[in-house]
Amino acid sequence: MTTGSPAPLVRFEGVARRFGDTAAVDGVTLDIAEGEFFALLGPSGCGKTTLMRMLAGFEAPDEGRILLAGKDIGGLPPHRRPVHMMFQSYALFPHLSVARNIAFGLRQQRMGKAETQARVEEMLALVRMEGLGERKPDQLSGGQRQRVALARAIAPKPAILLLDEPMAALDRKLREETQLELMALQRRLGMTFMIVTHDQDEAMVVADRMAVMRSGRIEQVGAPRQVYDHPASRYVAQFIGETNLFPEDQGWRSVRPEAMRISTDPADHARAGVVAEIAYFGDRTRYVVQTDGQKVVVSRANVGPPLPLALGDPVWTSHAADAGQLVTA
Amino acid sequence: MKRAWLAAVAPYLWLAVFFAFPFLLVAKLSLSHTVLAIPPYAPQLDLSQGHAGVRAFIHQLTFETYARLTSDRLYIASYLSSLRFAAIATGILLIVGYPIAYGMSRFGPATRQGLLMAVILPFWTSFLIRIYAWIAILKPAGLLNQALGVLHIAPLSLLNTDAAVIIGLVYAYLPFMVLPLYAVLEKQDESLIEAARDLGCTPTQAFWRVSFPLSLPGVAAGALLCFIPMVGEFVIPDLLGGSNTLMLGRTIWTEFFADRDWPAASAVAIVLLATLIVPIALFQRQQAKVLS
Repeated sequence: MTTGSPAPLVRFEGVARRFGDTAAVDGVTLDIAEGEFFALLGPSGCGKTTLMRMLAGFEAPDEGRILLAGKDIGGLPPHRRPVHMMFQSYALFPHLSVARNIAFGLRQQRMGKAETQARVEEMLALVRMEGLGERKPDQLSGGQRQRVALARAIAPKPAILLLDEPMAALDRKLREETQLELMALQRRLGMTFMIVTHDQDEAMVVADRMAVMRSGRIEQVGAPRQVYDHPASRYVAQFIGETNLFPEDQGWRSVRPEAMRISTDPADHARAGVVAEIAYFGDRTRYVVQTDGQKVVVSRANVGPPLPLALGDPVWTSHAADAGQLVTA
Repeated sequence: MKRAWLAAVAPYLWLAVFFAFPFLLVAKLSLSHTVLAIPPYAPQLDLSQGHAGVRAFIHQLTFETYARLTSDRLYIASYLSSLRFAAIATGILLIVGYPIAYGMSRFGPATRQGLLMAVILPFWTSFLIRIYAWIAILKPAGLLNQALGVLHIAPLSLLNTDAAVIIGLVYAYLPFMVLPLYAVLEKQDESLIEAARDLGCTPTQAFWRVSFPLSLPGVAAGALLCFIPMVGEFVIPDLLGGSNTLMLGRTIWTEFFADRDWPAASAVAIVLLATLIVPIALFQRQQAKVLS
């Protein structure tokens, strides 16, 4: 371990989990630091959920170790791990009121009555649900249920909070608000959060660092900006955001659409093409240009005079020689 | 249009013909008195006399039989005994049926289908034959005592006792307890158990704090589904019970066929129905709640 950097809160060491012949998780080594908002990102079936469930104790690794604060927690059943999970379905207990849902974990910790009540009130305030403690889960809106599930998992003060696709059931506007709230909450509590998501925008917005997974392995770990600007592989470049891949000697140059230039005048090293698609987003316009052999995506900020382009117009696309990132495989 | 109208009315017509009309006949019988004649009761409704006949008929109806029911200790004892049998059997059914239903719901879908089939399979054999089979098991030289003999355990004389009636009731009604429990447990969201485990519950605690309270609608449905018909059960106490096993079904039978006291038998049946209306209404409300 390098001196100066604190010991990680969670360490996965060569963790593997197989279901039959298929390896859901295939040799993952990963550190998560205390107080970090960490995202596991990948398409469905990439193993991110299995990895999270192993940390919660619902799955046992076939290989490797999982350390929490330096201790191997492999032998501990879920109820003895200071790790709480917010389930994708929320899994609120339908027979219990909101307050009793939130108090559920506290009661298991044998917290006193007065203290439990105070903690429940504090949690209700934290998720802006004051006065709704006596409601039953089926009397709540989707967004409210999500906040109760969050409060219930946070109340017993876990060492790390696991969030399994926490915003999948929310509509887009609510999802964006919730992302920002979640970040503010995590900062305020100073708690370590690990989120599993297939939504790359979500991961980029909320996470301090993220791991991009593919077929049970980790492709790249880093801050969102670092992963976006310097994808480690062609897969990551394509999975995170949109990109153009231009073949080069040792692989491809991945150039993001916003780094591309589009012009009605021919320039040096420019590719000629015709406008195949125009999509107007208000703040920017997205052009797809059909060039010889490949489609090039260009995103242009809508500042200054608009480009007088129509479908089928001849255009030239180009990028700075050092733009983007060279990727292999 | 006409067909829709028929579809709406048909169930009520069915109920009127096969339930309301016989019920009214029984109610009428319970208000008449016995005579030595065929049929063995009076008054008879004579419609050929017109209004006068109906008036004369109504005039002769009497609540005397009901008064007799409340004064005769045999009937009261028979009621209480029936309720006691049904309550004990329901309690045992819950204790036996719950683990079976819970176990079934924990298996994979394919195994579950097989187990479900095994629970339903006895229905393919005649109910009467299955109860007769218990006579062969419980009689003094029956299968049970032969098995006990092999193990050098003193034989039990169970046949024609209240214990045999309880065994018969539990055996016959087990599917009616298991199926509603299974229906509720099988639907239970696995992630709720995981959430309980995640929040610090051992598997046992998770069961008592989450699975069990959520299965209470099934417990209520199963208990009522068994309790209600068991109170009026006739075949099981008749075949397996002793001469002094008191159950309402037998009392009604005796009044009808041995004493030829049709009014008394009808009155007992009407009172039985009146007592059961409360649990039946509870059952209906429970079902409505589960469906909503």
